[in-house]
Amino acid sequence: MQNLKELYQEVILDHNKNPRNFGKLEHANCEARGHNPLCGDMLRLFLKIDNEIIVDVSFEGKGCAISQASASLMTEVLKGLSISQAHDIFNKVHMLLTDDNFDMNSLPSLKLQVLSGVRAYPARVKCASLAWHTLVSALKNQQDVAKTE
Amino acid sequence: MAYLNSVVWKTYNKRGDTMFNVKQIRKDFPILHQDVNGYPLVYFDNAATTQKPHAVIDAITQFYEHYNSNVHRGIHDLSAKATLAYEESREKIARFIGAKNSRECIFVRGATEAINLVANSYLLPILQEGDEIVLTHMEHHANIVPWQMICEKTGAILKVAPVSLSGELMLDNLAELLSNKTKLLACCYASNVLGTINPVEKIVAMAHAVGAKVLIDGSQATPHVAVNVHKLDADFFVCSGHKMYGPTGIGVLWGKETLLDKMPPYQGGGEMITSVSFDFTEYAPLPLKFEAGTPNISGAIGLGAAVDYLQSLNLNAVLEYESSLLDYASKRLLELKSFNIIGTAAHKVPVISFVHGSIHAHDIGTILDNQGIAIRSGHHCAMPLMDFFNLSSTARISLSFYNTHEEIDYFINALDKVKEVFS
Repeated sequence: MQNLKELYQEVILDHNKNPRNFGKLEHANCEARGHNPLCGDMLRLFLKIDNEIIVDVSFEGKGCAISQASASLMTEVLKGLSISQAHDIFNKVHMLLTDDNFDMNSLPSLKLQVLSGVRAYPARVKCASLAWHTLVSALKNQQDVAKTE
Repeated sequence: MAYLNSVVWKTYNKRGDTMFNVKQIRKDFPILHQDVNGYPLVYFDNAATTQKPHAVIDAITQFYEHYNSNVHRGIHDLSAKATLAYEESREKIARFIGAKNSRECIFVRGATEAINLVANSYLLPILQEGDEIVLTHMEHHANIVPWQMICEKTGAILKVAPVSLSGELMLDNLAELLSNKTKLLACCYASNVLGTINPVEKIVAMAHAVGAKVLIDGSQATPHVAVNVHKLDADFFVCSGHKMYGPTGIGVLWGKETLLDKMPPYQGGGEMITSVSFDFTEYAPLPLKFEAGTPNISGAIGLGAAVDYLQSLNLNAVLEYESSLLDYASKRLLELKSFNIIGTAAHKVPVISFVHGSIHAHDIGTILDNQGIAIRSGHHCAMPLMDFFNLSSTARISLSFYNTHEEIDYFINALDKVKEVFS
Protein backbone atom coordinates (compact mmCIF):
# COMPACT_ATOMS: atom_id res chain seq x y z
CA MET A 1 0.00 0.00 0.00
CA GLN A 2 3.01 2.31 0.46
CA ASN A 3 3.57 2.38 -3.31
CA LEU A 4 -0.09 3.27 -3.77
CA LYS A 5 0.25 6.25 -1.43
CA GLU A 6 3.27 7.43 -3.38
CA LEU A 7 1.38 7.09 -6.65
CA TYR A 8 -1.74 8.88 -5.49
CA GLN A 9 -0.18 11.67 -3.46
CA GLU A 10 -2.28 14.63 -2.32
CA VAL A 11 -0.84 16.84 -5.05
CA ILE A 12 -1.84 14.32 -7.74
CA LEU A 13 -5.36 13.96 -6.36
CA ASP A 14 -5.73 17.72 -6.08
CA HIS A 15 -4.59 18.37 -9.65
CA ASN A 16 -6.87 15.58 -10.87
CA LYS A 17 -9.86 17.07 -9.09
CA ASN A 18 -9.05 20.67 -9.95
CA PRO A 19 -6.88 20.67 -13.06
CA ARG A 20 -5.06 23.98 -13.64
CA ASN A 21 -5.15 25.73 -16.99
CA PHE A 22 -7.96 23.49 -18.19
CA GLY A 23 -9.89 24.38 -21.32
CA LYS A 24 -9.24 25.76 -24.75
CA LEU A 25 -6.76 28.61 -25.08
CA GLU A 26 -8.33 31.19 -27.40
CA HIS A 27 -5.14 32.84 -28.63
CA ALA A 28 -3.08 29.70 -29.00
CA ASN A 29 -0.71 29.63 -31.95
CA CYS A 30 0.53 26.12 -31.39
CA GLU A 31 -1.53 23.03 -30.71
CA ALA A 32 -1.17 19.27 -30.55
CA ARG A 33 -3.23 16.23 -29.73
CA GLY A 34 -1.95 13.35 -27.65
CA HIS A 35 -3.33 9.85 -27.65
CA ASN A 36 -2.57 6.87 -25.45
CA PRO A 37 -3.58 3.86 -27.56
CA LEU A 38 -3.36 1.63 -24.50
CA CYS A 39 -6.36 3.20 -22.81
CA GLY A 40 -7.89 5.46 -25.45
CA ASP A 41 -7.23 8.65 -23.52
CA MET A 42 -7.04 11.82 -25.62
CA LEU A 43 -5.48 15.13 -24.70
CA ARG A 44 -5.33 18.49 -26.47
CA LEU A 45 -2.59 20.91 -25.62
CA PHE A 46 -2.68 24.63 -26.52
CA LEU A 47 0.36 26.89 -26.44
CA LYS A 48 0.84 30.60 -27.05
CA ILE A 49 4.43 31.13 -28.05
CA ASP A 50 5.95 34.59 -28.59
CA ASN A 51 9.59 34.95 -29.59
CA GLU A 52 10.46 31.39 -28.59
CA ILE A 53 8.87 31.88 -25.16
CA ILE A 54 5.81 29.97 -23.94
CA VAL A 55 3.62 32.81 -22.67
CA ASP A 56 0.48 30.77 -22.08
CA VAL A 57 -0.60 27.16 -22.06
CA SER A 58 -3.73 25.09 -21.45
CA PHE A 59 -5.05 21.57 -22.00
CA GLU A 60 -8.28 19.68 -22.27
CA GLY A 61 -9.18 16.04 -22.41
CA LYS A 62 -10.26 13.04 -20.41
CA GLY A 63 -7.99 10.64 -18.65
CA CYS A 64 -6.97 8.91 -15.46
CA ALA A 65 -5.84 10.79 -12.37
CA ILE A 66 -2.18 10.35 -13.28
CA SER A 67 -2.50 11.68 -16.82
CA GLN A 68 -4.74 14.59 -15.78
CA ALA A 69 -2.48 15.61 -12.89
CA SER A 70 0.64 15.28 -15.00
CA ALA A 71 -0.86 17.54 -17.68
CA SER A 72 -2.02 20.05 -15.09
CA LEU A 73 1.38 20.16 -13.37
CA MET A 74 3.07 20.52 -16.73
CA THR A 75 1.02 23.59 -17.66
CA GLU A 76 2.03 25.19 -14.37
CA VAL A 77 5.76 24.80 -14.93
CA LEU A 78 5.78 25.69 -18.62
CA LYS A 79 4.69 29.30 -18.47
CA GLY A 80 7.53 31.68 -19.13
CA LEU A 81 9.96 29.04 -20.36
CA SER A 82 11.79 29.13 -23.66
CA ILE A 83 11.29 26.33 -26.18
CA SER A 84 14.75 24.93 -25.46
CA GLN A 85 14.05 24.98 -21.71
CA ALA A 86 10.80 23.10 -22.36
CA HIS A 87 12.69 20.41 -24.29
CA ASP A 88 15.11 20.20 -21.40
CA ILE A 89 12.25 19.62 -18.92
CA PHE A 90 10.79 16.92 -21.16
CA ASN A 91 14.08 15.02 -20.99
CA LYS A 92 14.28 15.41 -17.23
CA VAL A 93 10.68 14.29 -16.70
CA HIS A 94 11.30 11.27 -18.88
CA MET A 95 14.15 10.28 -16.56
CA LEU A 96 12.09 11.15 -13.48
CA LEU A 97 9.41 8.66 -14.57
CA THR A 98 11.76 5.80 -15.34
CA ASP A 99 15.11 6.16 -13.58
CA ASP A 100 15.32 5.27 -9.87
CA ASN A 101 18.63 7.14 -9.58
CA PHE A 102 17.33 10.38 -11.03
CA ASP A 103 18.43 13.43 -9.06
CA MET A 104 15.25 15.28 -8.06
CA ASN A 105 17.23 18.45 -7.43
CA SER A 106 17.81 18.85 -11.14
CA LEU A 107 14.10 19.48 -11.64
CA PRO A 108 13.16 23.10 -12.29
CA SER A 109 10.13 22.68 -10.06
CA LEU A 110 10.26 20.27 -7.14
CA LYS A 111 6.53 19.63 -7.22
CA LEU A 112 7.06 17.55 -10.37
CA GLN A 113 8.66 14.90 -8.17
CA VAL A 114 5.18 13.66 -7.18
CA LEU A 115 5.11 12.02 -10.61
CA SER A 116 7.94 9.67 -9.63
CA GLY A 117 5.37 7.36 -7.98
CA VAL A 118 4.70 5.77 -11.39
CA ARG A 119 8.14 4.14 -11.35
CA ALA A 120 6.66 1.34 -9.22
CA TYR A 121 3.90 0.93 -11.84
CA PRO A 122 5.45 0.37 -15.28
CA ALA A 123 1.96 0.15 -16.83
CA ARG A 124 1.26 3.72 -15.69
CA VAL A 125 4.40 5.46 -17.00
CA LYS A 126 2.58 6.20 -20.25
CA CYS A 127 -0.27 7.86 -18.35
CA ALA A 128 2.21 10.27 -16.79
CA SER A 129 4.18 10.88 -19.98
CA LEU A 130 1.25 11.52 -22.36
CA ALA A 131 1.10 15.28 -21.74
CA TRP A 132 4.85 15.62 -22.12
CA HIS A 133 4.95 13.74 -25.41
CA THR A 134 2.14 15.98 -26.59
CA LEU A 135 4.24 19.00 -25.59
CA VAL A 136 7.15 17.88 -27.76
CA SER A 137 4.74 17.25 -30.58
CA ALA A 138 3.28 20.75 -30.21
CA LEU A 139 6.71 22.35 -30.13
CA LYS A 140 7.59 20.64 -33.35
CA ASN A 141 4.30 22.09 -34.53
CA GLN A 142 3.33 18.72 -35.85
CA GLN A 143 -0.17 18.24 -37.07
CA ASP A 144 0.08 14.59 -36.19
CA VAL A 145 -1.32 13.13 -33.04
CA ALA A 146 1.41 12.38 -30.48
CA LYS A 147 1.39 8.82 -29.28
CA THR A 148 2.87 7.22 -26.20
CA GLU A 149 3.46 3.96 -28.10
CA MET B 1 -26.93 -17.08 -19.53
CA ALA B 2 -30.05 -18.68 -20.84
CA TYR B 3 -28.46 -20.06 -23.98
CA LEU B 4 -27.42 -23.38 -22.53
CA ASN B 5 -27.51 -26.27 -24.89
CA SER B 6 -27.52 -28.73 -22.06
CA VAL B 7 -27.94 -31.78 -24.27
CA VAL B 8 -24.64 -31.16 -26.01
CA TRP B 9 -22.80 -30.40 -22.79
CA LYS B 10 -24.12 -33.44 -20.98
CA THR B 11 -22.81 -35.81 -23.59
CA TYR B 12 -19.35 -34.46 -22.83
CA ASN B 13 -19.62 -35.11 -19.12
CA LYS B 14 -17.22 -37.96 -18.65
CA ARG B 15 -16.39 -37.46 -15.01
CA GLY B 16 -20.08 -37.65 -14.14
CA ASP B 17 -19.97 -35.01 -11.39
CA THR B 18 -23.31 -33.89 -10.14
CA MET B 19 -22.05 -31.04 -7.96
CA PHE B 20 -19.69 -28.29 -8.96
CA ASN B 21 -16.72 -28.33 -6.60
CA VAL B 22 -14.79 -25.11 -7.13
CA LYS B 23 -12.20 -25.94 -4.44
CA GLN B 24 -11.28 -29.07 -6.33
CA ILE B 25 -11.28 -27.22 -9.67
CA ARG B 26 -8.91 -24.55 -8.36
CA LYS B 27 -6.33 -27.24 -7.59
CA ASP B 28 -6.14 -27.88 -11.34
CA PHE B 29 -4.79 -24.34 -11.97
CA PRO B 30 -1.32 -23.88 -10.43
CA ILE B 31 -1.09 -20.14 -11.18
CA LEU B 32 -4.04 -19.31 -8.93
CA HIS B 33 -2.13 -20.24 -5.79
CA GLN B 34 0.15 -17.25 -5.37
CA ASP B 35 0.25 -13.85 -3.76
CA VAL B 36 0.35 -10.71 -5.90
CA ASN B 37 1.41 -7.48 -4.26
CA GLY B 38 1.14 -9.23 -0.90
CA TYR B 39 -2.41 -10.53 -1.39
CA PRO B 40 -3.81 -13.80 -2.73
CA LEU B 41 -4.26 -13.47 -6.49
CA VAL B 42 -7.83 -12.85 -7.63
CA TYR B 43 -7.80 -13.35 -11.39
CA PHE B 44 -10.76 -11.53 -12.96
CA ASP B 45 -9.31 -10.97 -16.45
CA ASN B 46 -10.48 -14.17 -18.12
CA ALA B 47 -11.91 -12.50 -21.21
CA ALA B 48 -8.37 -11.32 -22.01
CA THR B 49 -6.93 -14.75 -21.44
CA THR B 50 -7.78 -17.70 -19.24
CA GLN B 51 -5.35 -19.56 -16.98
CA LYS B 52 -4.15 -23.01 -17.90
CA PRO B 53 -4.86 -26.24 -16.02
CA HIS B 54 -2.10 -28.73 -15.19
CA ALA B 55 -3.49 -30.93 -17.96
CA VAL B 56 -2.60 -28.33 -20.62
CA ILE B 57 0.79 -27.43 -19.15
CA ASP B 58 1.66 -31.13 -18.80
CA ALA B 59 0.60 -31.95 -22.37
CA ILE B 60 2.95 -29.28 -23.71
CA THR B 61 5.79 -30.44 -21.47
CA GLN B 62 5.18 -34.06 -22.49
CA PHE B 63 5.41 -33.10 -26.14
CA TYR B 64 8.72 -31.29 -25.73
CA GLU B 65 10.20 -33.86 -23.35
CA HIS B 66 9.16 -36.99 -25.18
CA TYR B 67 8.10 -36.60 -28.81
CA ASN B 68 9.00 -33.12 -30.10
CA SER B 69 9.25 -33.50 -33.85
CA ASN B 70 7.87 -31.99 -37.02
CA VAL B 71 4.48 -33.12 -38.27
CA HIS B 72 3.41 -34.65 -41.58
CA ARG B 73 7.03 -35.17 -42.67
CA GLY B 74 9.38 -37.62 -41.04
CA ILE B 75 8.88 -41.33 -41.20
CA HIS B 76 10.57 -41.72 -37.85
CA ASP B 77 8.76 -42.64 -34.68
CA LEU B 78 8.73 -39.22 -33.02
CA SER B 79 7.32 -37.53 -36.10
CA ALA B 80 4.58 -40.14 -36.31
CA LYS B 81 3.68 -39.54 -32.67
CA ALA B 82 3.70 -35.77 -33.09
CA THR B 83 1.54 -36.02 -36.21
CA LEU B 84 -0.91 -38.30 -34.46
CA ALA B 85 -1.22 -35.98 -31.44
CA TYR B 86 -1.58 -32.91 -33.68
CA GLU B 87 -4.31 -34.51 -35.76
CA GLU B 88 -6.04 -35.93 -32.68
CA SER B 89 -6.25 -32.39 -31.34
CA ARG B 90 -7.95 -31.35 -34.55
CA GLU B 91 -10.50 -34.13 -34.04
CA LYS B 92 -11.08 -33.04 -30.45
CA ILE B 93 -11.68 -29.39 -31.28
CA ALA B 94 -13.89 -30.38 -34.20
CA ARG B 95 -16.09 -32.49 -31.90
CA PHE B 96 -16.06 -29.73 -29.28
CA ILE B 97 -17.49 -27.10 -31.61
CA GLY B 98 -19.81 -29.55 -33.35
CA ALA B 99 -18.05 -29.64 -36.73
CA LYS B 100 -19.15 -32.43 -39.05
CA ASN B 101 -15.63 -33.12 -40.19
CA SER B 102 -12.22 -32.21 -38.80
CA ARG B 103 -11.09 -31.28 -42.34
CA GLU B 104 -13.17 -28.15 -41.80
CA CYS B 105 -11.02 -27.08 -38.83
CA ILE B 106 -7.92 -25.09 -39.74
CA PHE B 107 -5.30 -24.41 -37.07
CA VAL B 108 -4.35 -20.73 -37.04
CA ARG B 109 -2.61 -18.40 -34.59
CA GLY B 110 -5.89 -17.19 -33.13
CA ALA B 111 -9.25 -15.66 -33.98
CA THR B 112 -7.52 -12.60 -35.47
CA GLU B 113 -5.60 -14.65 -38.02
CA ALA B 114 -8.71 -16.69 -38.78
CA ILE B 115 -10.69 -13.54 -39.63
CA ASN B 116 -7.84 -12.20 -41.75
CA LEU B 117 -7.71 -15.52 -43.57
CA VAL B 118 -11.42 -15.41 -44.41
CA ALA B 119 -11.23 -11.73 -45.40
CA ASN B 120 -8.32 -12.31 -47.76
CA SER B 121 -8.93 -15.79 -49.11
CA TYR B 122 -12.69 -15.96 -49.21
CA LEU B 123 -14.06 -12.45 -49.53
CA LEU B 124 -11.40 -10.32 -51.21
CA PRO B 125 -11.32 -12.34 -54.47
CA ILE B 126 -15.08 -11.93 -54.97
CA LEU B 127 -15.63 -8.49 -53.43
CA GLN B 128 -16.51 -5.66 -55.79
CA GLU B 129 -17.01 -1.95 -55.55
CA GLY B 130 -20.39 -1.20 -54.00
CA ASP B 131 -20.68 -4.59 -52.31
CA GLU B 132 -21.44 -4.41 -48.60
CA ILE B 133 -20.05 -6.07 -45.47
CA VAL B 134 -22.27 -5.82 -42.41
CA LEU B 135 -20.79 -5.73 -38.90
CA THR B 136 -22.21 -4.87 -35.49
CA HIS B 137 -21.30 -1.96 -33.27
CA MET B 138 -20.06 -4.35 -30.56
CA GLU B 139 -17.23 -5.96 -32.56
CA HIS B 140 -13.66 -6.31 -31.35
CA HIS B 141 -11.11 -4.51 -33.54
CA ALA B 142 -10.12 -7.95 -34.87
CA ASN B 143 -13.56 -8.24 -36.44
CA ILE B 144 -13.51 -4.69 -37.86
CA VAL B 145 -10.07 -3.88 -39.23
CA PRO B 146 -9.58 -6.89 -41.57
CA TRP B 147 -12.92 -6.05 -43.25
CA GLN B 148 -12.03 -2.37 -43.44
CA MET B 149 -8.75 -3.26 -45.12
CA ILE B 150 -10.42 -5.22 -47.91
CA CYS B 151 -13.07 -2.50 -48.33
CA GLU B 152 -10.25 -0.03 -48.93
CA LYS B 153 -8.81 -2.29 -51.58
CA THR B 154 -12.06 -2.86 -53.44
CA GLY B 155 -14.38 0.07 -52.79
CA ALA B 156 -16.80 -2.14 -50.89
CA ILE B 157 -18.74 -0.55 -48.05
CA LEU B 158 -18.92 -1.37 -44.33
CA LYS B 159 -22.36 -1.18 -42.71
CA VAL B 160 -22.71 -1.29 -38.95
CA ALA B 161 -25.72 -2.63 -37.08
CA PRO B 162 -26.43 -0.60 -33.92
CA VAL B 163 -26.70 -1.80 -30.32
CA SER B 164 -29.21 -0.61 -27.74
CA LEU B 165 -28.27 1.20 -24.53
CA SER B 166 -28.55 -2.10 -22.67
CA GLY B 167 -25.99 -3.52 -25.09
CA GLU B 168 -28.21 -5.73 -27.21
CA LEU B 169 -27.99 -5.94 -30.95
CA MET B 170 -30.91 -4.12 -32.60
CA LEU B 171 -32.19 -6.82 -34.90
CA ASP B 172 -34.74 -4.66 -36.73
CA ASN B 173 -31.99 -2.26 -37.74
CA LEU B 174 -29.78 -5.15 -38.72
CA ALA B 175 -32.54 -6.48 -40.95
CA GLU B 176 -32.76 -3.10 -42.69
CA LEU B 177 -29.02 -3.15 -43.43
CA LEU B 178 -29.10 -6.57 -45.06
CA SER B 179 -29.75 -6.70 -48.79
CA ASN B 180 -28.62 -8.50 -51.91
CA LYS B 181 -25.57 -6.22 -51.83
CA THR B 182 -24.47 -7.83 -48.54
CA LYS B 183 -21.68 -10.26 -49.26
CA LEU B 184 -20.84 -11.10 -45.66
CA LEU B 185 -22.10 -10.49 -42.14
CA ALA B 186 -19.48 -10.67 -39.38
CA CYS B 187 -20.74 -10.79 -35.83
CA CYS B 188 -19.48 -11.83 -32.41
CA TYR B 189 -21.22 -14.68 -30.62
CA ALA B 190 -20.64 -12.86 -27.33
CA SER B 191 -19.28 -9.36 -26.70
CA ASN B 192 -15.94 -9.04 -24.89
CA VAL B 193 -17.04 -5.69 -23.42
CA LEU B 194 -20.77 -6.02 -22.77
CA GLY B 195 -20.96 -9.76 -22.21
CA THR B 196 -24.04 -9.86 -24.46
CA ILE B 197 -24.74 -13.25 -26.04
CA ASN B 198 -26.15 -12.52 -29.46
CA PRO B 199 -29.03 -14.56 -30.93
CA VAL B 200 -26.61 -15.97 -33.47
CA GLU B 201 -28.87 -18.61 -35.00
CA LYS B 202 -31.43 -15.96 -35.81
CA ILE B 203 -28.73 -13.64 -37.17
CA VAL B 204 -27.31 -16.39 -39.40
CA ALA B 205 -30.78 -17.09 -40.79
CA MET B 206 -31.36 -13.38 -41.45
CA ALA B 207 -28.12 -13.10 -43.41
CA HIS B 208 -28.71 -16.29 -45.36
CA ALA B 209 -32.15 -15.03 -46.32
CA VAL B 210 -30.50 -12.29 -48.42
CA GLY B 211 -27.80 -14.64 -49.71
CA ALA B 212 -24.99 -13.31 -47.53
CA LYS B 213 -22.36 -15.50 -45.92
CA VAL B 214 -21.80 -15.26 -42.16
CA LEU B 215 -18.68 -15.28 -39.98
CA ILE B 216 -19.22 -15.74 -36.25
CA ASP B 217 -16.44 -14.65 -33.90
CA GLY B 218 -16.73 -17.20 -31.12
CA SER B 219 -13.74 -16.03 -29.07
CA GLN B 220 -15.80 -15.13 -26.00
CA ALA B 221 -18.35 -17.91 -26.49
CA THR B 222 -16.30 -21.11 -26.60
CA PRO B 223 -15.31 -20.84 -22.91
CA HIS B 224 -18.87 -20.14 -21.74
CA VAL B 225 -21.48 -21.41 -24.18
CA ALA B 226 -22.15 -24.78 -25.77
CA VAL B 227 -21.17 -24.10 -29.37
CA ASN B 228 -22.45 -26.21 -32.22
CA VAL B 229 -21.34 -24.82 -35.56
CA HIS B 230 -23.31 -27.39 -37.49
CA LYS B 231 -26.58 -26.43 -35.81
CA LEU B 232 -25.66 -22.75 -35.98
CA ASP B 233 -25.26 -23.07 -39.75
CA ALA B 234 -22.83 -20.15 -40.01
CA ASP B 235 -20.35 -20.27 -42.90
CA PHE B 236 -17.28 -19.49 -40.82
CA PHE B 237 -16.61 -19.69 -37.09
CA VAL B 238 -13.42 -18.55 -35.38
CA CYS B 239 -12.03 -18.89 -31.86
CA SER B 240 -8.79 -18.52 -29.89
CA GLY B 241 -7.28 -21.32 -27.82
CA HIS B 242 -5.94 -19.14 -25.02
CA LYS B 243 -9.41 -17.82 -24.15
CA MET B 244 -10.62 -21.39 -23.55
CA TYR B 245 -7.89 -22.60 -21.17
CA GLY B 246 -5.48 -23.55 -23.97
CA PRO B 247 -2.14 -21.97 -24.90
CA THR B 248 -1.59 -18.69 -26.73
CA GLY B 249 -0.68 -18.68 -30.42
CA ILE B 250 -3.22 -21.31 -31.44
CA GLY B 251 -6.78 -20.89 -32.65
CA VAL B 252 -9.24 -22.42 -35.01
CA LEU B 253 -10.98 -21.39 -38.18
CA TRP B 254 -13.95 -23.58 -38.95
CA GLY B 255 -15.56 -23.17 -42.34
CA LYS B 256 -18.03 -25.06 -44.48
CA GLU B 257 -16.06 -27.51 -46.55
CA THR B 258 -17.64 -26.38 -49.82
CA LEU B 259 -16.40 -22.83 -49.19
CA LEU B 260 -12.95 -23.75 -47.86
CA ASP B 261 -12.41 -26.05 -50.82
CA LYS B 262 -12.90 -23.26 -53.33
CA MET B 263 -10.77 -20.70 -51.48
CA PRO B 264 -7.17 -20.07 -52.56
CA PRO B 265 -4.48 -20.64 -49.90
CA TYR B 266 -3.83 -17.78 -47.48
CA GLN B 267 -0.07 -18.30 -47.37
CA GLY B 268 2.25 -20.37 -49.51
CA GLY B 269 5.03 -22.61 -48.29
CA GLY B 270 5.76 -26.09 -47.08
CA GLU B 271 3.09 -28.40 -45.72
CA MET B 272 0.33 -26.83 -47.85
CA ILE B 273 1.36 -28.49 -51.12
CA THR B 274 0.96 -31.83 -52.81
CA SER B 275 3.65 -31.24 -55.41
CA VAL B 276 5.80 -28.28 -56.42
CA SER B 277 7.69 -27.52 -59.61
CA PHE B 278 8.78 -24.13 -60.90
CA ASP B 279 5.94 -24.27 -63.41
CA PHE B 280 3.11 -25.46 -61.25
CA THR B 281 2.23 -26.16 -57.63
CA GLU B 282 -0.60 -28.39 -56.60
CA TYR B 283 -2.08 -27.47 -53.25
CA ALA B 284 -2.75 -29.96 -50.49
CA PRO B 285 -6.37 -30.80 -49.71
CA LEU B 286 -8.08 -29.44 -46.59
CA PRO B 287 -7.09 -28.66 -43.94
CA LEU B 288 -3.38 -28.51 -44.79
CA LYS B 289 -3.99 -26.15 -47.73
CA PHE B 290 -4.33 -23.38 -45.14
CA GLU B 291 -1.49 -24.47 -42.84
CA ALA B 292 1.67 -23.35 -44.61
CA GLY B 293 4.91 -23.89 -42.74
CA THR B 294 5.56 -25.78 -39.55
CA PRO B 295 2.44 -25.21 -37.46
CA ASN B 296 2.21 -24.47 -33.73
CA ILE B 297 2.36 -28.17 -32.84
CA SER B 298 2.68 -27.82 -29.07
CA GLY B 299 -0.07 -25.20 -29.14
CA ALA B 300 -2.45 -27.50 -30.99
CA ILE B 301 -1.66 -30.35 -28.59
CA GLY B 302 -2.20 -27.99 -25.65
CA LEU B 303 -5.54 -26.90 -27.08
CA GLY B 304 -6.55 -30.54 -27.47
CA ALA B 305 -5.71 -31.05 -23.80
CA ALA B 306 -7.79 -27.97 -22.89
CA VAL B 307 -10.77 -29.41 -24.75
CA ASP B 308 -10.28 -32.76 -22.95
CA TYR B 309 -10.15 -30.89 -19.66
CA LEU B 310 -13.36 -28.95 -20.35
CA GLN B 311 -15.12 -32.12 -21.41
CA SER B 312 -14.03 -33.89 -18.22
CA LEU B 313 -16.07 -31.38 -16.22
CA ASN B 314 -19.78 -31.41 -15.68
CA LEU B 315 -20.22 -28.58 -18.13
CA ASN B 316 -23.85 -28.03 -17.34
CA ALA B 317 -22.87 -27.44 -13.73
CA VAL B 318 -19.99 -25.21 -14.88
CA LEU B 319 -22.34 -22.96 -16.84
CA GLU B 320 -24.83 -22.79 -14.00
CA TYR B 321 -22.04 -21.91 -11.61
CA GLU B 322 -20.66 -19.18 -13.91
CA SER B 323 -24.15 -17.80 -14.24
CA SER B 324 -24.44 -17.59 -10.45
CA LEU B 325 -21.08 -15.74 -10.31
CA LEU B 326 -22.31 -13.27 -12.92
CA ASP B 327 -25.58 -12.60 -11.10
CA TYR B 328 -23.87 -12.27 -7.73
CA ALA B 329 -21.12 -9.92 -8.95
CA SER B 330 -23.62 -7.73 -10.82
CA LYS B 331 -25.85 -7.49 -7.77
CA ARG B 332 -23.03 -6.67 -5.34
CA LEU B 333 -21.56 -4.08 -7.70
CA LEU B 334 -24.89 -2.27 -8.10
CA GLU B 335 -25.40 -2.31 -4.33
CA LEU B 336 -22.39 -0.02 -4.00
CA LYS B 337 -24.50 2.63 -5.79
CA SER B 338 -21.46 4.39 -7.23
CA PHE B 339 -20.76 2.22 -10.27
CA ASN B 340 -22.75 1.77 -13.47
CA ILE B 341 -22.68 -1.47 -15.39
CA ILE B 342 -22.21 -1.08 -19.16
CA GLY B 343 -24.01 -3.97 -20.79
CA THR B 344 -27.16 -5.24 -19.13
CA ALA B 345 -28.45 -7.65 -21.75
CA ALA B 346 -30.71 -10.48 -20.65
CA HIS B 347 -28.29 -13.16 -21.88
CA LYS B 348 -24.67 -12.65 -20.93
CA VAL B 349 -21.39 -14.47 -20.54
CA PRO B 350 -19.79 -13.65 -17.15
CA VAL B 351 -18.30 -10.33 -18.26
CA ILE B 352 -19.09 -7.08 -16.43
CA SER B 353 -17.88 -3.69 -17.65
CA PHE B 354 -18.38 -0.89 -15.17
CA VAL B 355 -17.63 2.79 -14.74
CA HIS B 356 -17.55 5.31 -11.91
CA GLY B 357 -18.75 8.89 -12.29
CA SER B 358 -15.37 10.48 -11.63
CA ILE B 359 -12.77 7.77 -11.06
CA HIS B 360 -11.03 6.62 -14.22
CA ALA B 361 -10.91 2.90 -15.05
CA HIS B 362 -7.11 2.90 -15.02
CA ASP B 363 -7.01 4.22 -11.48
CA ILE B 364 -9.53 1.56 -10.44
CA GLY B 365 -7.34 -1.07 -12.12
CA THR B 366 -4.16 0.05 -10.36
CA ILE B 367 -5.73 0.23 -6.91
CA LEU B 368 -7.33 -3.22 -7.32
CA ASP B 369 -4.02 -4.63 -8.60
CA ASN B 370 -2.44 -3.31 -5.43
CA GLN B 371 -4.78 -5.63 -3.57
CA GLY B 372 -3.98 -8.64 -5.73
CA ILE B 373 -6.98 -8.33 -8.08
CA ALA B 374 -6.32 -8.54 -11.81
CA ILE B 375 -8.95 -6.75 -13.92
CA ARG B 376 -8.86 -5.10 -17.34
CA SER B 377 -9.28 -1.39 -17.81
CA GLY B 378 -9.29 0.43 -21.11
CA HIS B 379 -11.18 0.32 -24.38
CA HIS B 380 -10.97 -3.49 -24.68
CA CYS B 381 -10.05 -3.25 -28.37
CA ALA B 382 -13.57 -2.00 -29.08
CA MET B 383 -13.16 1.74 -29.57
CA PRO B 384 -16.29 2.20 -31.73
CA LEU B 385 -18.37 0.65 -28.94
CA MET B 386 -16.71 2.95 -26.40
CA ASP B 387 -17.61 5.92 -28.61
CA PHE B 388 -21.22 4.74 -28.74
CA PHE B 389 -21.41 4.82 -24.94
CA ASN B 390 -19.42 8.09 -24.93
CA LEU B 391 -16.70 6.52 -22.80
CA SER B 392 -12.94 6.40 -23.31
CA SER B 393 -12.60 3.34 -21.13
CA THR B 394 -14.33 0.99 -18.71
CA ALA B 395 -13.14 -1.29 -15.95
CA ARG B 396 -14.01 -4.91 -16.67
CA ILE B 397 -14.16 -8.08 -14.66
CA SER B 398 -14.55 -11.32 -16.56
CA LEU B 399 -15.13 -14.48 -14.57
CA SER B 400 -14.39 -18.15 -14.94
CA PHE B 401 -15.56 -21.33 -13.25
CA TYR B 402 -12.44 -21.23 -11.06
CA ASN B 403 -13.50 -17.93 -9.49
CA THR B 404 -15.49 -17.89 -6.27
CA HIS B 405 -18.22 -15.91 -4.55
CA GLU B 406 -15.67 -15.13 -1.81
CA GLU B 407 -13.40 -13.53 -4.41
CA ILE B 408 -16.31 -11.36 -5.53
CA ASP B 409 -16.86 -10.27 -1.89
CA TYR B 410 -13.18 -9.43 -1.62
CA PHE B 411 -13.34 -7.47 -4.91
CA ILE B 412 -16.35 -5.47 -3.67
CA ASN B 413 -14.49 -4.58 -0.46
CA ALA B 414 -11.43 -3.62 -2.52
CA LEU B 415 -13.58 -1.18 -4.51
CA ASP B 416 -14.19 0.62 -1.22
CA LYS B 417 -10.45 1.24 -1.07
CA VAL B 418 -10.68 2.84 -4.52
CA LYS B 419 -13.30 5.25 -3.25
CA GLU B 420 -11.23 5.88 -0.12
CA VAL B 421 -8.13 6.89 -2.14
CA PHE B 422 -10.21 9.36 -4.14
CA SER B 423 -12.40 10.61 -1.29
